[in-house]
Amino acid sequence: MFAAFLQYLFSGLTSGAIYALAGLGFAIIYNSSHVINFAQGEFIMIGGMATATMVAAGLPLPLAIALSMLASMMVGVALEKFAIEPARNSDVVTIIIITIGASIFLRGAAQILWDKEFHSLPAFSGETPIGVFGATLMPQSLWVFGVSGAVIVALWWFFNRTMFGKAMLGTSHNRLAAQLVGVGVKKVLLASFALSALLGAVGGVVVTPITFTNYEAGIMLGLKGFSAAVLGGLGNGGGAIVGGLIVGIAEALASGYLSSAYKDAIAFIIILFVLFFMPNGLFGKRGTDRV
Amino acid sequence: MLAVVITVAPLGFSNSYYYDVAVNAMFNAIVCVGLNLLIGYAGQISLGHAGFFALGAYGSALLTASWGLPPIAAMLISATVVGLLAFVVGRPILKLKGHYLAMATLGIGIIIHIVLKTEAKITGGPDGMSVDNFSLLGFTVMGDRMWYWVVGILLILTVWLALNLIDSPVGRALRAVHGSEVGAEVVGVDTSSYKVLVFVVSAVFASMVGSLFAHKNGFITPDIGSFMHSVELVVMVVLGGMASVFGALIGAVILTLLPQFLAVVEQYEAMILGAIMMGTMIFLPKGLLPSIVSAFKRREGGQ
Repeated sequence: MFAAFLQYLFSGLTSGAIYALAGLGFAIIYNSSHVINFAQGEFIMIGGMATATMVAAGLPLPLAIALSMLASMMVGVALEKFAIEPARNSDVVTIIIITIGASIFLRGAAQILWDKEFHSLPAFSGETPIGVFGATLMPQSLWVFGVSGAVIVALWWFFNRTMFGKAMLGTSHNRLAAQLVGVGVKKVLLASFALSALLGAVGGVVVTPITFTNYEAGIMLGLKGFSAAVLGGLGNGGGAIVGGLIVGIAEALASGYLSSAYKDAIAFIIILFVLFFMPNGLFGKRGTDRV
Repeated sequence: MLAVVITVAPLGFSNSYYYDVAVNAMFNAIVCVGLNLLIGYAGQISLGHAGFFALGAYGSALLTASWGLPPIAAMLISATVVGLLAFVVGRPILKLKGHYLAMATLGIGIIIHIVLKTEAKITGGPDGMSVDNFSLLGFTVMGDRMWYWVVGILLILTVWLALNLIDSPVGRALRAVHGSEVGAEVVGVDTSSYKVLVFVVSAVFASMVGSLFAHKNGFITPDIGSFMHSVELVVMVVLGGMASVFGALIGAVILTLLPQFLAVVEQYEAMILGAIMMGTMIFLPKGLLPSIVSAFKRREGGQ
């Protein structure tokens, strides 16, 4: 009974950590530019696919990971430079379509560059399950927890302790004021896309040994990440992390106790309920309209 | 003008394949004219309209197959149910703004898609289910040519209806909501009722077209309700031109025809589609038709 619950909890935390990383990616870009980047899931896919193919080609794992993170960041920067920047002052709908267009483009490219097959990576440190109170925990899940935790701490340090991170935070609060005190807003935008792409790629790399990946894997992961970000309140980094964990755990519990077929629907049911009663997410700021 | 185009176009159709593509283009056009009322005029986005389309299609399929209802009754019942559903979810959802609204509508669409995929006992699951021909008073609509004329007439009706709605007080209220929601409220427009109204109308359009699509195709799968189909519908509206009935129509036709041309470069289809989406939105953010119209106007002004 308890063992089963613990088992579901472990798997929920594992996927929740990935959703949290994706949600953070959404939050960072949203903060700096008020853009929802529907191509966020593609960064996860690129991270996983690139690493998997490079490892299969004989590259050592750490080098392959570093290279795919670099590749993903370059895609993120290119996306900002060539698709978002030229459309700076457009409507919400217009920019949503641009980023969805970008995600279709990237999926199409991945399909040509790689193929439509599933790819995997060997687990980083063996496949011997660890027993915890009757439940089993795969070593790779520990990697997911550890890496996500480390990334979150690093992000906190970056945004609160470095000059550039503070500049990014400042821009998210007030773009004009930031510009006036000498923050290079364009650089901040580029950095936010690079950072989100990096987060996505990290998530993709650590989760690939567990879930496998293919050119379409980014769609659902991206949408779940978006749910996580909205659940926590858009632009709220801590909220996105909590949102991601809630979505992951709820999904795992529901598929364990109710029906596994409806696993993917859970995230959206939760989000609808929350939005019905709290239109700005769990921790979102209540907005006022300017006329 | 539209009537002329619809009557003249078949002269260039050398076989029934052209009719088939044209019918699909007109189906999409009807959905988009409805969706454009919501996106273009009221300024509210929906990333879940394929869900309503799929509900209409499956409603008709199930009611005619297992209950033996006549297709027209099945279509109307499905549309009523979808309208009610849109009404019930519309109120809380349309209070949301911008990205939160996008998320909520996206969620509804995805939930509908997953239900259709999972309840295999009723819907046949991912394998889909077959649907009978559409018949009314002993008269059966069969073959691509006959469908072409039927859907053509429906499209003209839809456009006429939409144009009238836009010119009515409702249309003016909607544009006020788009311009400034608070402003509209201050001058006494019941904004939330108007938003819900247009949400319901666009959902009913989608549902009825879904029903017809099911009868025309004879076979449906849950993927007609997928997130990508919802996105396609929104892209059609935005590509052609928001807040322009004919713009939505042109967008629907272009985006239905595009895959037919891109089939030649099959491998690159997705990349080209994505590039077109990004390119149009960057260079013609108002959509094709309004951009072309304003370019012409500028020219005249210059002379």
